[in-house]
Amino acid sequence: MNRPEREATVRRLMEREPPPVPPELYADVMRRGARMLRRRRIVRRLMWLLLCAATVAFVVWALTARPWVEPPSQTTPPYTGW
Amino acid sequence: MRQRQVSQGARRAREFEAFVAGAAGRLLHAATLLTAELPEDNPRARRLLTHALAHTYACWDRLRGEDPYDRARQYLATRFARAAWHQYGGFGRSRPHPDSALAGLAPQERLILVLRLYEGVAEEQTAALLGLPVDRVRSICDRATTSLLHPAPGRPAPVISAKVAPS
Repeated sequence: MNRPEREATVRRLMEREPPPVPPELYADVMRRGARMLRRRRIVRRLMWLLLCAATVAFVVWALTARPWVEPPSQTTPPYTGW
Repeated sequence: MRQRQVSQGARRAREFEAFVAGAAGRLLHAATLLTAELPEDNPRARRLLTHALAHTYACWDRLRGEDPYDRARQYLATRFARAAWHQYGGFGRSRPHPDSALAGLAPQERLILVLRLYEGVAEEQTAALLGLPVDRVRSICDRATTSLLHPAPGRPAPVISAKVAPS
């Protein structure tokens, strides 16, 4: 028996008696799939919220701390009065 | 915005229902072959199929022209491979039913046989999906075919009945 014949026999063997599709399958799938979608949406919203909060916190911190301003010198005393 | 979401959801549900009506029978058959259960009593196959279809539903809007059947089959196969790996030797959970067509084979052999011969996926795609070399897929497929057609002594030969499978 050559290869195509063997494969055809196995295929025939596998294609016997297809199982009946249970009627509640679609409802189950929809419930589970809708739950997955809902969870994904919630997670996405939370991530956006977190991102916005982090941005706002950074801006507020930057405006109060002003890290781009040169800090006053600690080593040389201010040289005034000559 | 809200209205657009609702209409998009309705369209998705309609398309998905048509898809399930067309594909569920064949996918359930494939899943039943994978789990080596009886056609009338296949809780594991049903669970596998439910997960695969729910996953397909959840990424329905992001398919972008990709074949949903292909996506569901991929998810089914990888999920089965992972489950078979975790439950290897588990008591009772993955014991194949002796009357099923592929009962004498290991989970990986069943998976490759179903993908290659029942679903007709090309060798290269099967190999890429399972992360195996192409040669190994071919040799496993050959070995599984041989052991299915010429079972080891002590195991009854599969009865190839004259009943023609409805296409």
